[in-house]
Amino acid sequence: MDIFLQQVVSGIATGGIYASLALALVMIYQATDVVNFAQGEMAMFSTYLAWSMLNAGVPYWVTFFATVALAFLLGLVIERLVIRPVESAPILSIVIVTLGLLVIHNSIAGWIWSYIQKPFPSPFPSRPVHMGPIIVGAHDIGEISVTLIVLLLLFAFFRYTPVGLAMRAAAHNPVSSRLSGIRVSRMLMLGWGLAAAFGAVAGMMVAPIVTLEPNMMGGIQIYAFAAATLGGFTSPGGAVLGGIIVGVAENLVGTYVRFIGTELKLTVALAIIIIVLLVRPRGLFGRAVVRRV
Amino acid sequence: MSAPTIAVLVAAVIALVLPFMLSNFRLFQFTQVFIYAIALLGLNMLTGFNGQISLGHGAFFAVGAYTGAIMMDRWNVPYGWTIPVGGLLCLIVGFLFGIPALRLEGLYLALATFALALAVPQILKYFEHWTGGSQGIVLTKPAAPFGLPLSEDQWFYFVTLVVLFVMFVLARNLLSGRIGRALVAIRDNPLAAEAMGVNKALYKSLTFGVSAAYTGVAGALSAVAIAFVAPDSFNILLSISLLTGSVIGGLASISGAIYGALFIQFVPNWAQDISKAAPWAIFGLFLIVFMYVMPYGIAGALRLVWNRLTRPQG
Repeated sequence: MDIFLQQVVSGIATGGIYASLALALVMIYQATDVVNFAQGEMAMFSTYLAWSMLNAGVPYWVTFFATVALAFLLGLVIERLVIRPVESAPILSIVIVTLGLLVIHNSIAGWIWSYIQKPFPSPFPSRPVHMGPIIVGAHDIGEISVTLIVLLLLFAFFRYTPVGLAMRAAAHNPVSSRLSGIRVSRMLMLGWGLAAAFGAVAGMMVAPIVTLEPNMMGGIQIYAFAAATLGGFTSPGGAVLGGIIVGVAENLVGTYVRFIGTELKLTVALAIIIIVLLVRPRGLFGRAVVRRV
Repeated sequence: MSAPTIAVLVAAVIALVLPFMLSNFRLFQFTQVFIYAIALLGLNMLTGFNGQISLGHGAFFAVGAYTGAIMMDRWNVPYGWTIPVGGLLCLIVGFLFGIPALRLEGLYLALATFALALAVPQILKYFEHWTGGSQGIVLTKPAAPFGLPLSEDQWFYFVTLVVLFVMFVLARNLLSGRIGRALVAIRDNPLAAEAMGVNKALYKSLTFGVSAAYTGVAGALSAVAIAFVAPDSFNILLSISLLTGSVIGGLASISGAIYGALFIQFVPNWAQDISKAAPWAIFGLFLIVFMYVMPYGIAGALRLVWNRLTRPQG
């Protein structure tokens, strides 16, 4: 029983990581109806920026917020320069462009910072916390708290601010929104900026666990996809819960199902994605997309 | 004679002369170009003509390659058989994957196939008993039969060329007739296509199967040409380079497969001279720039230039 509980708790911790990247994916999907295949790589790139700052002796929390701001700007610029020209193109063009962004970020990071793994510090104490028989790392608790804070901010932003409302409107019905005076393109730009900022938070929370290297996000992104698919691409809360479910499932399957172990991790994510898409394409908490023909 | 016929004849003459002009290594590179061209042709059918996005065609390439390698290594089957068997197996696998794919629209299909591409190396390593794990399987290059005075590379160049020719003729016949029109109709307006009596489900999953079969044939050929298969050569980057080749050659075109194949074979080579990381940065850049300025790829641009030049003045 203790082993089971321990696995569930570490599953929740891993799930928190997936959830934080899934939030960024959902953010862009909400704002622009696009899945950004480069989300993970953009997060990795921002994390490298943070690493460079830390190396230059900037204190952690200054670096943290500076990186989030930089990532936000990067997201705005990418949307303006790269995504805007294909905004109304078929979905295939947009997918291809975000794949282009994926390989560019990956190779430029390798170019600048090399492919050697780099340790990345955690802002939380390294001493584990004992809760009865279960041991939890302080970083795990910190990272989940950060994810939940981001979720709350996101919820409040969409629910209570005029800009959030305008963004939802722009994604939902661009033509009507434009007619009522919302600058739709600017809303899309803002969506990319915010998603990049959330991605940067995810990257800085992940890096202490997996160590920083250009390919660190590959496996995490596919799990984030699984999380967002499971929770529903239209629901931020769903994405977080989806991330936690996926994280717990991954840990339990790895421990108890002998023939899968840890060697087929990515295959488990693949199976989750395909099963959810077949059984309930809108995810657990997503809203069904209704199209008029 | 029309211009396309002349172009094809010129290309055929060049292809027949090349093996006697180039070193074995250069020739091997051209064999690779033909192999990629077959795979790209398959991807063009699916993504270009039928509008189903696949980011995971590297998976079918891997199935073809490993089918060939296992047949040759474990069962001593002559390499000639591995090519149709690799294709046939992929036809079945692709058709079966195509059935659930029916329910997935654009973006979600892209997601599912992306996940598939990421998972392939792991799956290959897992079935170590068959695939030799991360060590892979080492094969021997076939020698020319009947005492022909050709080197191994020259011989297999001609084998690949013949397969390429057959696959191109098949694809052309398939796509220029009724079936081709049905595929394009499904891509452009699925509802109208169904109203006209096109069996959407059947056509879409069949296209997935045929497309996978093309890529599987390419995979089987590549196992023989390289004489080695290993899980890590079938990673996500293989799938992305196939998509890149497809986009750059021209998505909904047959001849585009050749241009795309030349691109993915030779551009990384000279980009490597700049930096180890450069090939992918350049791939990414080309992907994005082509989407802006040449959405129909090189084949589309050539067609446009040709039409401009031959348009009657006035």
